Amino acid sequence: MNVRQELSEKQKEYWKKNLRLIIGLLVIWFLVSLFAGIIMAKPFSNIPFFNLPLSFWFAQQGSIIFFVILIFYYARKMDQLDEQYDVKEVILANKSGTEEDDS
Amino acid sequence: MTTEGITLTLVLITFAIYIYIGWWSRVKDTSSFFVAGKEIPAVANGAAIAADWMSAASFISMAGLISFLGYDGTIYLMGWTGGYVLLALLLAPYLRKFGRYTVPDFIGDRYYSNGARAVAAIATVFISLTYVAGQMRGVGIVFSRYLQVDIAVGVFIGMAIVAFFAVLGGMKGITWTQVIQYFVLIIAFIIPAAAISLKLTGNPVPQLGFVFSDIAKNLSELQVQLGLSEYLKPFENLSAMNVFAITLALMIGTAGLPHVIIRFYTVKDVRSARWSAGWALIFIALLYTTAPVIGVFAKYNLINSFNNEAIEQVREISWVSKWEETGLLQLDDKNGDGTLSFSSDPDTNEVIIDRDIIVLSTPEVAELSLFIIALVAAGGLAAALSTASGLLLAMSSAVSHDLYYRIFRPEASEKQRLVVGRWMIFLAVIVAGYFGIKPPGFVGEVVAFAFGLAAASLFPAIFLGIFDKRMNREGAIWGILSGLTFTLVMIMLMRSVQIFGTEAQILDSFLGINAQGIGVVGAIINFIVSFVVSRRTQAPPEEISRMVEDIRVPKVMDQTD
Repeated sequence: MNVRQELSEKQKEYWKKNLRLIIGLLVIWFLVSLFAGIIMAKPFSNIPFFNLPLSFWFAQQGSIIFFVILIFYYARKMDQLDEQYDVKEVILANKSGTEEDDS
Repeated sequence: MTTEGITLTLVLITFAIYIYIGWWSRVKDTSSFFVAGKEIPAVANGAAIAADWMSAASFISMAGLISFLGYDGTIYLMGWTGGYVLLALLLAPYLRKFGRYTVPDFIGDRYYSNGARAVAAIATVFISLTYVAGQMRGVGIVFSRYLQVDIAVGVFIGMAIVAFFAVLGGMKGITWTQVIQYFVLIIAFIIPAAAISLKLTGNPVPQLGFVFSDIAKNLSELQVQLGLSEYLKPFENLSAMNVFAITLALMIGTAGLPHVIIRFYTVKDVRSARWSAGWALIFIALLYTTAPVIGVFAKYNLINSFNNEAIEQVREISWVSKWEETGLLQLDDKNGDGTLSFSSDPDTNEVIIDRDIIVLSTPEVAELSLFIIALVAAGGLAAALSTASGLLLAMSSAVSHDLYYRIFRPEASEKQRLVVGRWMIFLAVIVAGYFGIKPPGFVGEVVAFAFGLAAASLFPAIFLGIFDKRMNREGAIWGILSGLTFTLVMIMLMRSVQIFGTEAQILDSFLGINAQGIGVVGAIINFIVSFVVSRRTQAPPEEISRMVEDIRVPKVMDQTD
C-alpha cells in the first residue's frame, strides 16, 4: 500500500510538471501565431522585420518555424522529465506481432 | 526526348518503386495491417505523416491560392501547421500509451460505451470520405495535365496503384511508400522554388530571399498601382474575425483528423510519438514556408512579364503559349491597344491567371530542364497518392476494426479480421475512385466539412478523455452529438447553394464566422455540453480513472495489480 501511494504521489508531481510545461508552451504557441499574426496584424504591420512587415513575417513564416521549435523542445524536456521521475517506457522483450487484447 | 516522354518515364519509375515497396512490406497479421506492427522509427513516421498530410492541393494549388489571398493566406499556412503543436502536446503521446489501433478504439474504451465507439467510427468514415474525394480527382488532374490522358483513365491508374500497396501491405505498406513519396514531392517542390528565388533575389534559399529582398514589397506596390489588393496588408480579402476563426478551426481540426492521429499508434513508444510529431512538422514546414515565397515570387514575375507588354511579344515566350492552350492562362487584348494590362475590373482586365499555374509554371519560368518539369508531375502524383492511401486506411480500420470486430463480431478470428480489413480498403478505393471520376458538386466545400467536423467532434472528446478524469460517457456522447450537429447544420445552411441548389445561401455567417471557421464554435459547444452534462451525471467507473492515470505516464504501471 505504501509503495503504491508513494508511486502515485510521484506520478502526480510528474503530471503537474507536464501540465505546467504544456500550458507554458501553448501560451507561446498562441503568441507567435494567432496573436502576432492576426490580433496584432495591423499594429505590427508598421514594424519592419528586415524587408517584410513583422506581422506578415509571423503570419507566413515565423509562426511555422516557432511551431517546429516548440514541439522539439517539448519532446526533449519530456525525455528529461521521464528520466527524472523514472517513468520511462520499458519495451517488453516479448513483443509479437499479434494483438495483446485477445487473451 | 519530349517533355511527355520524360514525364512518363519518371512517373513509371516512381510507380514501380511504390509497387515494389508494397510487395516488400506485405503483411500477415492485423497489428501490422492497422498499425504497422508498432515499429516505425520516429523520423520515418514523420516523413510518412508529412506525405500523408500534403495533398495534391497543398502541392499544386496552395501557393497559388495564397498568392491570391495575400496576407490572409495565413489561414492555410498557420491553420494547417499549428495543429501539430496541439497533437504533440495534447494527444499523440497519450494515445500511443493507450496503444490500440484507431480513434474510435480510444473513444469507445475511455467512455465505456459501444454507442460512443459507433459515433466515433461513423464520424471517422464521414470525415475521411469527404477528404479523399478530392484526392483521387487530384490524381486524375495531374495525369491529364502532364500526360494528356483522360481524367477518368488517370483516376483508374491511381486506384490500381493505391489498391495494390494498401490492400497488400496495410499501414506498413502505406507508411513506407509515403516515406519515398515525401522525398519525391519535396524535391520536386524545392528545386523550382530555389531556382526562381536565385533568379529574382540572388539567394537560393527561398525563405531567406523572401526576408532579405524587396520582391514582396514591390509586388504589394505593383498590385496597388494595378488596382488590385495590397498584398502585405491584412484583412483585404477576409474579415479579421474570419481569419482568426478559420485559422483556429483548421488548427483544431488538424489535431482531430483520424487519419493523422492513427499514425501515432504506429511508433514503438511514447517517446517516439512525441518526436515523430516534431519530425512531421519539420518536413511539412519545408513545404509550408516555401509555398508563400513561391506565391509572391511567381506572381511578381508573371505580372512583370505581362503588364504593359505587347501581346505578340508575350505570346512568343515558349511557356506562355503552352499554358494558354490549357486554358489556365488567358490573354485577351480587350481594348485593342496591342499591349496587356491588369485590372481589378473583370471587364477591362486582360490577363486571367489560374491559381494552379503559380506552381505548375515555375520550373519553366525559371528555365529549368525538362527533367525538373517531369519531376513536378511525379511530385504532384506522389502527393495525391500518399494522401489518398492514408485516408483509405483510416476508413477501412474504422469499419473493419471498430464496427465489425469491436461491436458486431468480437469473436472474429485474426484471419477473418485481416480479410475484412483488406476488403474494406478495396471497397474504399472503389468509392474514392467513383468520387474522383464523378465528383459531387460540392467537392470544393468538403475540406470545410472535414476540418469542421473533426474540430467539433473528435478533438474535444479525445482531449477531455485524457485531461479531465471526471469526464464520463454521457458528457462525451452529448458533447460529440451537439458539436457535430451544430457544425453540420451550419455548414449546410451556409453552403446551401452548392449542396441543395438553393438560389442564395440560407445563412451568410454565424456571428460573422463563415463555413470554414464554424468548427471553432462547434468545438466550444462540444466542450461546454460535455462539461455540463458530465458534472450532472454519474462519475466514470473506477477502472476508467485507473486507465486515465495509466495513459498519462509512459511507464506501464498496472503490473503490480
